[in-house]
Amino acid sequence: MLETLKQPWHWAVAGTIIGLTVPTLLILGNKKFGISASLRHVCAACMPANIPFFKYDWKKEIWNMYFVAGILIGGFLASTFLSNPEPIQIAEATKQRLAEWGISSFQGLMPTEIFSFDTLLTLKGFVFFVVGGFLVGFGTRYAGGCTSGHAIMGLSNLQWPSLVATISFMLGGFFSANVILPLLFKLF
Amino acid sequence: MATIQTKEPQMEDVRHQDAMCTTESQLKHPWWYNFKYMAVGIIFGIAFVKAEIISWYRIQEMFQLTSFHMYGVIGTAVVVGMISVMIIKKTQAKTIYGEPITLDTKKFNKGQIIGGLIFGLGWAITGACPGPLYAQIGAGFGVVFVTLLSAILGTWVYGYFREKLPH
Repeated sequence: MLETLKQPWHWAVAGTIIGLTVPTLLILGNKKFGISASLRHVCAACMPANIPFFKYDWKKEIWNMYFVAGILIGGFLASTFLSNPEPIQIAEATKQRLAEWGISSFQGLMPTEIFSFDTLLTLKGFVFFVVGGFLVGFGTRYAGGCTSGHAIMGLSNLQWPSLVATISFMLGGFFSANVILPLLFKLF
Repeated sequence: MATIQTKEPQMEDVRHQDAMCTTESQLKHPWWYNFKYMAVGIIFGIAFVKAEIISWYRIQEMFQLTSFHMYGVIGTAVVVGMISVMIIKKTQAKTIYGEPITLDTKKFNKGQIIGGLIFGLGWAITGACPGPLYAQIGAGFGVVFVTLLSAILGTWVYGYFREKLPH
């Protein structure tokens, strides 16, 4: 059993668990599945700075902070007790492309060439952590939600604006991964 | 079971400004009732790691169209979510506390396109949408905490300039 759990899970298994989060949260307390809102609650709690967008009773949304804390704990548990010792299986074409970008480690879930504290104070670190994170936070709030709130919750509820948002996420991603990233990697 | 009153529209409540993730309940629960949401988050986070959704490599595959994996995950999640929501609507299911389940209608605004494109740019760079950011930190990639802080800053800057941005 444990050995099976340690293998990478099939997409249908993970997709089902993620999809079932929608009705689970609704039934547990009429909560709408969404994650990027937690970033807004942190702003409202820590630095509202008299900005109308952050002047609300964030304590009413505290469940969302418990939920994201759970995601963090889940990440810890899975990587500590259910970790897959084998290198990650990536499509050969992507492997070759990444090799051109100077990424050749496939041992863990993330390339050590980027995601380590050694890169933090370099230009690479600035781009991948600071700029990338800023775009994620700014963009999701501007769009009114992220992959969870729009692509999963919104589409589940057949909301067409969420479909527009999801298509925009994907278009931005395609452009970034195929046009911007190859240029960026020439800088480092 | 508490009686449920009809909801009055609360125009002054800015939580509704983007009609996302707002919760209205007439019930008052002790704080530790929130641990059930943490439990859901834990299972969700484990699935994130074990299906490698939090992996930067998998996000590159998705955007390079070299693997079906991420499309399979998101597609399955949407179908399961749709069927669940349909059943909830059909049966008019209630929460475990007997409150009616409400679903928000999303209004279209230009932000969904402009903001969506901006988020997409960041998604391919960081290899994470907001959910995986938390799971990556938990999975031991401590440096992603910087990405999370920057995402919070991005959210704050959006809030600051919100009135001046096209919507």
